[in-house]
Amino acid sequence: MARYIIKRILMVIVIMIAAAFVIFTILYFTPGDPARNQLGPTATAADVENLRAVLGLDKSYLAQLASFMSDTFLHLDLGTSWTYNVPVMQELLNRLPYTVFIGLTAMILNVAVGLSLGIFAATHEGRWQDSVSMVIAMVFISIPDFWLALMMIVLFAQRLGWLPAYGVDSWKSFIMPIIVMSLPGIAVNARQTRSSMLEVFRADYITTARAKGQAEGVVVRRHMLPNALMPIITSLGTGFSSIVAGGAVIESVFSIPGVGLYMLTGINSRDYPIVRGCVVFFALFTSIAMLVVDLAYAFVDPRIKAQYSSSGKLAGKKKGKEE
Amino acid sequence: MAAKEAVAKPEKIKKKSMLAETLERTVKAPSAKLGAILFVVIVLFCLIGPFLSPYTYDQFDLMNIKALPSLAHPFGTDALGRDILTRLMVGGRYSLALGILTALLGSVVGVLLGSLAGYFGGIVETVIMRLMDIWSAIPSMLLCLLISAALGSGFTNTIIALAIGSVPGNVRMQRAQILRERNKEYLEAAESINCPKSKIMFKHLLPNVIAPTIVTATMTIGQTITMAATLSYIGLGIQPPTPEWGAMLADGKADILYYPHIILFPGLIIALTVLAINLLGDGLRDALDPKLRS
Repeated sequence: MARYIIKRILMVIVIMIAAAFVIFTILYFTPGDPARNQLGPTATAADVENLRAVLGLDKSYLAQLASFMSDTFLHLDLGTSWTYNVPVMQELLNRLPYTVFIGLTAMILNVAVGLSLGIFAATHEGRWQDSVSMVIAMVFISIPDFWLALMMIVLFAQRLGWLPAYGVDSWKSFIMPIIVMSLPGIAVNARQTRSSMLEVFRADYITTARAKGQAEGVVVRRHMLPNALMPIITSLGTGFSSIVAGGAVIESVFSIPGVGLYMLTGINSRDYPIVRGCVVFFALFTSIAMLVVDLAYAFVDPRIKAQYSSSGKLAGKKKGKEE
Repeated sequence: MAAKEAVAKPEKIKKKSMLAETLERTVKAPSAKLGAILFVVIVLFCLIGPFLSPYTYDQFDLMNIKALPSLAHPFGTDALGRDILTRLMVGGRYSLALGILTALLGSVVGVLLGSLAGYFGGIVETVIMRLMDIWSAIPSMLLCLLISAALGSGFTNTIIALAIGSVPGNVRMQRAQILRERNKEYLEAAESINCPKSKIMFKHLLPNVIAPTIVTATMTIGQTITMAATLSYIGLGIQPPTPEWGAMLADGKADILYYPHIILFPGLIIALTVLAINLLGDGLRDALDPKLRS
């Protein structure tokens, strides 16, 4: 098991370095001179040259890459924003709580509501409860989230006046963003749960459990759910990363000063340190989420544990947690 | 569209191919049938609609701006008095083309890389798969934003930016499919008669592993339409005055509080299109799932 964990952690480090390299390269080869962009079209050529020297843009690709990499990974310094002149790391830390709070809450809702809805649908397979839940899930998967956010603002903020349309002034400001960010995930999880529940539904060990007279609730909770959870756990990592990264647009709709909005500002003003810093942050976040998910998966699934256990003898024998 | 072909053609095919059989089975499910019909209707709406409309998509009517839905303008007019219904029809051509071409590009690249990795194994596989690990470490929405910002706006650039995010998933899936298939006897037979590797891959192997890719590609069309709209909304991707659905949303966001109908309809049609595609994709998946085959 330790070998597996070490291997996965090493992979995170490699991926982080690679992601930083990729983002640096993409931005480096982006057409347009960032110094000219900062100063505007009226600046003289000499001013632009000056700024290029100050920002280090006059150095070669490799020199710039090396200094970016060493600053980021050796000194944990993401540079200073060109437009606002504030260290990116400091700004990220200020904004982090909003993004993480909304992301985590949405994630918890995803799992809680998604699982319940999926189990509800699966246990009522083929009846109207099942159809209604799945139709709802399908609709929420199909609606563009930022449009839903806009429509909610029109309805709940403007027409009904129940909730603030933007900002982070009170706890009420977080209601709409969290709902909008969790709905697609709820729908995905509900569908996933339903289909993996139905898959184990037909397994022999479920028939056995029923045959020995086990109460239906116990069958669902003790025998079906643990096995049905596997594919759901796998999808959590991607789910979380897409909430955090996909949240950028939602943050911009609701004017929430989170990391996503920061990155969009960076992209719009061609402020490369901001963009790089946010991408490195998002990549780190995603990698850690994936790492946790993989470890949780290995912990729950004896097959993976067995692969990495000392002898390896168990590998083919233990299949799932059949009771 | 593909669904229609299958219904029309079966008698011509001497032996029903797996694809035709699948498509036939797909449209039997009521939800998939609904999705297929809805999708065809939307496609026709976008292709034929503009010819029937008395307005053009860029025709200003400054006396009649931000008009609420009426008989003359069933979906109202936007901030420049342009007919929203007509703009939706024309914009749909861009949105649908974006979705379909992106799914196509992402699948082709994914299938190629995935097949290479799965079939040849060894160093080729390691290089490709580690590359995919890195590629997917940056969330696809984020990567799409960045590539789009780097390449600049425009139709082709947006397709590339959107397709890039879907590649790693496609590669992984294709590789898994090939791995499942590569030890089967018919491949061994083909290899034993010295069949060229490229022929084995494209003629023997691919047709047997392509099914999940078709499902994913279908679903990708829907996701892409939403992603493209998101890009346009935040000012990347397709730009106004091109009436792409997302660009129309971006156009109307300034008036959202007092004239929400300007963004209501583009959003609704996006949701409807994506819904149709998802229903179709779901039906395809069920039809291809050997476990559900009766």
